[in-house]
Amino acid sequence: MAKADFEIPELKEYPEIPPVQPGATAGLKSFVAKPEMQDALGFPGELVDGWQEKAIEHMGELLGKYRSLQVFLDSCVKCGACTDKCHYYLGTSDPKNMPVARQDLLRKVYRRYFTFAGKYFPKLVGATDLNKEVLDDWYSYFHQCSQCRRCSVFCPYGIDTAEISMAAREIMDRIGLGQKYCNEIIGKVYKIGNNLGLPGPALEDTLEGLEEDVFDETGVEVKYPLDKKGADVLLVTPSADFFAEPHVDGLIGYGKVFHEAGIDWTLSTTASEAANFGMFIGSYENMRKISMRIREAALELGVKRIIFGECGHAWRVAYSFLNTLAGPWDFLDKNYPMPQHILEFTWGEIQKGTLNIDKSLNDDMVVTFHDSCNVARASRMGDEPGGQFTIPRNVIKAVCNNFVDMDPDTTHEKTFCCGGGGGLLTDDLMEIRVKGAKPRMEALRNVIEEHGVTNMAAICAICKAQFTKVLPYYGLGMDMIVSVHQLVSNAVILTGQQTEEDESKEDDAA
Amino acid sequence: MSFLTVTFAALYYAATVLLVVGLARRIRLYWKTPAPLKIPTTPAPTSTGGVVMRMFREVVFFESLFKSTKWTWLFGWLFHLGLFAVLFRHLRYFQEPVWAPVVWVSPLFKYLAFAMIIGLLGLLARRLFVDRVRYISAPSDFLMLFLLIGIGATGALTTFVTHTDVVAVKSFFRHLMTFNFDTMPNVPTDPLMVAHLGLVVVLMIVFPISKLLHAPGVFFSPTRNQVDNPREQRHIADWARKLEQ
Repeated sequence: MAKADFEIPELKEYPEIPPVQPGATAGLKSFVAKPEMQDALGFPGELVDGWQEKAIEHMGELLGKYRSLQVFLDSCVKCGACTDKCHYYLGTSDPKNMPVARQDLLRKVYRRYFTFAGKYFPKLVGATDLNKEVLDDWYSYFHQCSQCRRCSVFCPYGIDTAEISMAAREIMDRIGLGQKYCNEIIGKVYKIGNNLGLPGPALEDTLEGLEEDVFDETGVEVKYPLDKKGADVLLVTPSADFFAEPHVDGLIGYGKVFHEAGIDWTLSTTASEAANFGMFIGSYENMRKISMRIREAALELGVKRIIFGECGHAWRVAYSFLNTLAGPWDFLDKNYPMPQHILEFTWGEIQKGTLNIDKSLNDDMVVTFHDSCNVARASRMGDEPGGQFTIPRNVIKAVCNNFVDMDPDTTHEKTFCCGGGGGLLTDDLMEIRVKGAKPRMEALRNVIEEHGVTNMAAICAICKAQFTKVLPYYGLGMDMIVSVHQLVSNAVILTGQQTEEDESKEDDAA
Repeated sequence: MSFLTVTFAALYYAATVLLVVGLARRIRLYWKTPAPLKIPTTPAPTSTGGVVMRMFREVVFFESLFKSTKWTWLFGWLFHLGLFAVLFRHLRYFQEPVWAPVVWVSPLFKYLAFAMIIGLLGLLARRLFVDRVRYISAPSDFLMLFLLIGIGATGALTTFVTHTDVVAVKSFFRHLMTFNFDTMPNVPTDPLMVAHLGLVVVLMIVFPISKLLHAPGVFFSPTRNQVDNPREQRHIADWARKLEQ
């Protein structure tokens, strides 16, 4: 088990709702962005003079720009339906991690400055002035929200805490109090082209290495092209796919599927990142700027289609927002959805029968599937509502003989966040990441014990990285987590590929 | 006219103006504020018809709350069902002649006052005894429950225990509605009726400045009222379009 200087939650057979422990994680704060990181995004370097007034002013501006914020801040009746729905509350017992209480950190200030009741009867309606103490709480708890939207499923008014925490982060950024992890990464995207800061030559090197690996393994020349002008398809994938495990096995899988489908495709150096952390910090302008790289790359390379790799929040931005942020996409081929998810593409090829699949090649695994929050609750795949649940499962079942779903209260739209989404995938927040993973770990351990599950497949770079890091804290192997396209890669037999049977026949002939 | 009658007349006029103007301004604000991004909680309907059905299930059956916690759903739904039935029945005190459906359901609907009160007591118990709900409750959350329980209890008592001069009450409101002050009768002075009318006035006044705004709010909630079609149709707010120039 991984070592920790905090208590690791005990996994229970049946999930329990813990009693509240005020202040349990108040001290958990991610590192604050340095002035140069703030500058790169157009935010003040450090907390500005008169930050209270400026914060209220920005809040007023956002209230006028986002109906969600205005309606959500007014509508909550404190019914408590969401109080036991957040994985961070279930894992930490800190009442400010209950969605309604997290929202109230902003709502109590909204009430004080923007409503009649809060201006004249603050104590009665729980309204407070914006002071340093409140700002400290904002910084702690709005960075203990992974914007997974689970609470919004259960709220009778559809109040989405993600919208509130995005607004709060935007306000904090604008008064000079940004989060290091998100803002440093966005800076790298602007400067180099991806979250990890991998320059073009490094990407080229990595992709050549992948081509060699696949050739050595299969004897088939599968290409992983970069910046290929005139290709039909631009693949935009999270940069973790270029080197992290198990992400890269997914990338190998995408390439094999494209190869078998006879698709002329390419990656792009300038758009070598599907992720868009502009969403995490609630900044429309930054989200738009990051999205525009994809438009520019598509135009420059002259592609006809854009396909996104396995990434949760990237797919939300792509599916739900890309048309808004960087559209219209009228220069692309209208016969295909824009953008398209790699799983939509692969499922299409499986149905067409393009792929030669030997499911038994995954027989060493019993697989379960983790629905990523942003895919499950903020996007879709295919033509029908709920395609985001059926298509990944269909693909897994098409390439694996052994598939088991976890407890239905923890899958589909009720899925639990991995614990590392929304800009929390940083080592300085390890405690909240481990504790927030508890509900998922419980459901996973139950299927391990009941059904002998050996692996959990995911379709999100953050989920994959988070689980790799967090599983050992719960005594589980980090290599349990696999990419869905890794399973596809395992089971696809490429045209002209030497199989073990072929090899043994050759041996016999010799 | 008695002092009480004049006071109530003035209060009800004022409260009606505050309620109507306050709500209208709030609804206008929700209407005018743009929703720059597509954020329906998915799986979401892919057509407007589907969204209408989703909203219908949400408003009439509290679908999301049902998914969340059965006790809160049960008490919340009982309360709202009772409130709706009782309000519908109250049309008889404002109409002349009374609309036939109101006459038909009246004998039955008056018992739904109990559903309303039981629901409210359940919600109050939850607020008191569930530590998580107690933690998030402000004094106003309790006062709102007391106000509604007070209205329900005084109303039920005048219906089932000590009858008031309901003919006079109706005549008072009919006169208010027609701005006819010459023949206006006095409001009954029995404490239950006075309390009932007084609490209702308070409710009307606080409606547009309190959490009761969830009533119009739910219809404007982007996670519930948006169609899931971002790939098919470009959705863009005016302020966002300006960034493109």
